[in-house]
Amino acid sequence: MAEFALPANSKIGVGDTYKATGAKNIKTFKVYRWSPDSGNKPTVDTYEVDMDTCGPMVLDALIKIKNEIDSSLTFRRSCREGVCGSCAMNIDGTNTLACTKFINDVKGDIKIYPLPHMPVVKDLVPDLTVPYAQLATIEPWLKSTSQPPTRERLQSPEERAKLDGLWECILCFSCTTSCPSYWWSGDRYLGPAILLQAYRWIADSRDEAKGERLDNLEDPFRLYRCHTIMNCTKTCPKSLNPAKAIAEIKKLLVERTI
Amino acid sequence: MSVANRPSNRPLSPHLQVYRLQLTSALSILHRATGIALSVGALYLATWVIYAASTPKAYAMFQEFNGSIVGRIVLGGWLFSAFYHLCNGIRHLFWDAGYGFELKDAYRSGWIVVGVSLVATALSWIVGLRLM
Repeated sequence: MAEFALPANSKIGVGDTYKATGAKNIKTFKVYRWSPDSGNKPTVDTYEVDMDTCGPMVLDALIKIKNEIDSSLTFRRSCREGVCGSCAMNIDGTNTLACTKFINDVKGDIKIYPLPHMPVVKDLVPDLTVPYAQLATIEPWLKSTSQPPTRERLQSPEERAKLDGLWECILCFSCTTSCPSYWWSGDRYLGPAILLQAYRWIADSRDEAKGERLDNLEDPFRLYRCHTIMNCTKTCPKSLNPAKAIAEIKKLLVERTI
Repeated sequence: MSVANRPSNRPLSPHLQVYRLQLTSALSILHRATGIALSVGALYLATWVIYAASTPKAYAMFQEFNGSIVGRIVLGGWLFSAFYHLCNGIRHLFWDAGYGFELKDAYRSGWIVVGVSLVATALSWIVGLRLM
């Protein structure tokens, strides 16, 4: 059952404020903070950042805060160019990658929270154990029962084109954690990122387990909790379309029964 | 066990509280809300019929309520619910057939559904009053 309010231990209080004295070009960042060591409830800390000495992206500002203002600020980051998916977080009300989000695209203060409706490990780091376990359930690898060929498994350009818009997913889980259905049923619903991955293998001409994969998805919760809300497609930092991929799976399930 | 995997009183990150309301999610929740309103509205209609079948006095009383401000809001809301749920239902049928998933198409169809249901509600309201 959907719990719309946050549990008592998750209610957010007001945190500390860090002023940027002497800076002329200031942008204010309001960042979610929680530490497992403090025993306190989460807070939102306010950081003033001097934009004259800061890079253009939200991730640049977070790194600057960590380096120069508050070294305890914790977040994931790696490639800083939108290919690793580590720095996915909720910025200005929508999920995206901090490394590809321009500071100037946000008017006013920049509010930063971890990916929504996930257990928080620390600050902006969510626990992604469940989505990774869900990824394992769709068996994201090529499955074949026929005699292995002596060379590569060939695809026509048309067959390969069917994977475009699917293979680019970096599993940042921006979409999954933007989905209200996943918020309310994330223990049983696979969510948009995993379903897009599932379709990536179903659509692969070299894969021979299409029927088995569809069997595993034909479930009121695993697949059909998708109500085409389209928050996933709206938020995807790679401009992919998980909602469309899920619809293609639903279509295949209908087609094989008629 | 590493610190990261230690079972603890980990808070749940905020969701509805911080996620920006946008056309995609707003129209989806409106679809559900209007569906519920239609179910409740069906009970209202049944009550209306029961009053009509009992006595002229009871029917007049119900009609008086329908004519009041609250009654008009209830009936107008029900009318809008019917049109919105119908139009958005058609939008869902297109989605089920695999069409309209590009973001700009989803936004366009969303605004069309909102516009058509508002215009249809207003038109039927006007026509209904004229026929009375």
